[in-house]
Amino acid sequence: MRHGVARFVTGFLALPVALYLFYVVWPFVQAAGYSLTDWGGYSDRQQFVGLDNYVRLLSDELIRKAFWHNVFFLVTVPLFTIALALFLAFLLNVGGREDRAGIRGVFGSGLYKVIFFFPQVLSLVVIAVMWQQIYRTDGQGLINGLLIKIGLVDADNPIAFTNDPEPFLGVPAVLWWLLLIAVWSGAGFYMVLFSAAMQSIPKDVYEAAILDGAGRFHTFFRITLPLLRDTVSVAWVYLGFIALDMFALVYVMTPSQGGPNHASEIFASVINFNAFQKGQFGYACAIAVALAIFTILLAALQLRITRRERIEY
Amino acid sequence: MSVSPDLDRRTLLRRAAAAGLLVTPAAGLLSACAGSEPAKNDDTGGAKSKDNPFGVKDGSAVKVVVFNGGLGDQWAKEDMAIFKAKHPSITVNMSSTQKIKTEEQPKMATQPSDVVMNSGADIMDISTLVNEGAIEPLDDLLTAPAWDSDGTVADTLLPGTVADGTFQGKFYVVNIAYTVWGNWYNAALFNKEGWQPPKTFDEFFALAPKIKAKGMAPYVHDAVHGYYPRWALMATIWKSAGKQAVVDIDNLKENAWKADGILPALQAWEKLVKDKLLLPGKLDHTQSQQAWLDGKAAFIQVGTWLKNEMAATIPPGFEMKISDYWGLGASDKAPNDVYAGAGEGIVVPAKAPNKAAAKEFLRAVLSRAGSAKFAELTKSLASTKGSGDNVQDSALASANELMKNAPKDLVSVKFWNFYADLDKESQNLSEELMAGRLTAQQFVDKMQAAADKVAKDSSIKKQTRTA
Repeated sequence: MRHGVARFVTGFLALPVALYLFYVVWPFVQAAGYSLTDWGGYSDRQQFVGLDNYVRLLSDELIRKAFWHNVFFLVTVPLFTIALALFLAFLLNVGGREDRAGIRGVFGSGLYKVIFFFPQVLSLVVIAVMWQQIYRTDGQGLINGLLIKIGLVDADNPIAFTNDPEPFLGVPAVLWWLLLIAVWSGAGFYMVLFSAAMQSIPKDVYEAAILDGAGRFHTFFRITLPLLRDTVSVAWVYLGFIALDMFALVYVMTPSQGGPNHASEIFASVINFNAFQKGQFGYACAIAVALAIFTILLAALQLRITRRERIEY
Repeated sequence: MSVSPDLDRRTLLRRAAAAGLLVTPAAGLLSACAGSEPAKNDDTGGAKSKDNPFGVKDGSAVKVVVFNGGLGDQWAKEDMAIFKAKHPSITVNMSSTQKIKTEEQPKMATQPSDVVMNSGADIMDISTLVNEGAIEPLDDLLTAPAWDSDGTVADTLLPGTVADGTFQGKFYVVNIAYTVWGNWYNAALFNKEGWQPPKTFDEFFALAPKIKAKGMAPYVHDAVHGYYPRWALMATIWKSAGKQAVVDIDNLKENAWKADGILPALQAWEKLVKDKLLLPGKLDHTQSQQAWLDGKAAFIQVGTWLKNEMAATIPPGFEMKISDYWGLGASDKAPNDVYAGAGEGIVVPAKAPNKAAAKEFLRAVLSRAGSAKFAELTKSLASTKGSGDNVQDSALASANELMKNAPKDLVSVKFWNFYADLDKESQNLSEELMAGRLTAQQFVDKMQAAADKVAKDSSIKKQTRTA
């Protein structure tokens, strides 16, 4: 019987697998091949240069900078997005009246769910263009305009947002402003994801906790969070990939696509610069391959660390 | 029935989704690297004649891609009509876009368009195109007879046009627009207030308090795209330190940035920033141009495409005029040189399937009729002689005026076309200087360091300019 299943599955999977190999795996292989050449991207002339590109990559100052900026996003994007999404999901599903915790969310939670999910249906570029107006750097910007009106910001010295390379907590301000957009645009989706997981937790668990006198705080940290462990772990991995990308935001929102003065340079922007502005596709492919390897290692590590006995209910 | 623990449905879905997400961000970047087989070339032309110098084949098709930015694309449609009048049997497939590199670069090695206007923010790096042999030298276009006047095509071009399109001794890029750069002001306002547009920084610093007293900022610039302030910085450097200083910079000569006159030129800009003469905020080009049109600032520096770009929102009674960049005064080595040159480059890919028709189309673009339409429609001069003669427009007239008073040498800077690294670094540093985060001295030191790095880098092909 197992043999029959295998044949059945193979039959159905042959075409998708072929497409996958051709459109996903083959470009990867090609890119790895190009990373060993000095291809310029505009012709079919190229020379094999061995591992030169990878050697050069190790001493590239810009890549080092981009690496640390990516690490910043890698830590902060999942952390803040998941924290916010959990908080919202908890309020919307089990944070209602204290005496009946676990039974309902706060008043109007159905509407909030739609509103919070809304950023998810917009493309990242649309989001970036919208935030350009919110972040406008003079009195006509949404935030600056409001703050200038109520006197919190000096009209002669408005907030520069993504034009600001000055460090805040040791990290260029522009990265924090980009982080805000990333978290804003991602939290809604993970809120819905966590909501679904929370709703599958049996209500009697909560009822038992309430009988024991547990409040909102304790039900969240003692019951909800531990039972969501699997979901949170997956969310963490997904958000890690998003954090390693961040290209659309940097490309649309920052001066010189990675500026001001390299303050928001990330792997993707360095790849873009080397490939499309400098015409060093071979080198850019080497960076891309390095990034892909880094991503795979990270995902493997993450899934291994969080692997644990599943709780059945 | 038991399910093996490794293959329960949720785990499988989870892993599949994880793998899917994993490859998406990187796949886009990686697949951009993938090239493929070269295309066949079909360039066996028809009979050549004076009217058909490249031997365009009847019944063939030519694909033209136009950048649709500050100049719009209506002028190109006029050129298409001119071309069709002479060659009715040739199909012209024209499209316009703002994403030149995004759309054209992937096709360059295989099946490119025949005529590509390489312009805008999404531009293909010109030195890479030349180094890779991806575009066609167009020297035979220069020696071909002009479309609708006597002499050759080269005879019809404005000074600087051939030089601006020449790389490594060959003519590759047909820059169709002749742009004059400088400081724009509202002549109506200046007349009313009795202000004179300054010629030097000292005059500007003297006028600035009067402008401020009217509740206006004296100056505004694009603080997002570094190449905007860079034009102004380089113009002052040229005026103050002279042409040779800029030629040395372009040629990566040792200590070129330390030459006499360069530091004082940058210090004038440093003072402008320190004295808070800039409109607050870090606006981009259209935002800053609109702020200037709204009367929030007195001067803005940009090229002659400005009027066309902002046509929809120019307030009534606003009289746009351009004045020359400011110099430092008596010590200037080239006080009257005007920043002007041919821009908006059109290239013919080396693998274009119909190069003959591409060149023939360019001949139509550079025709007398075509360039007159260009000036009329875009309020910019074309890079052919006499294109603006019959256009009534105060902005274009002030640019014409500026050109008439200009000596033979025009401010022109090449290093940012030669070296992408230096391009990026100089844009970044220009913004930093204008944001007050760098002093003039730091700017010079950092530019020198960046230039030295490029000079030493053996992976970068070096280029030189002689004039």
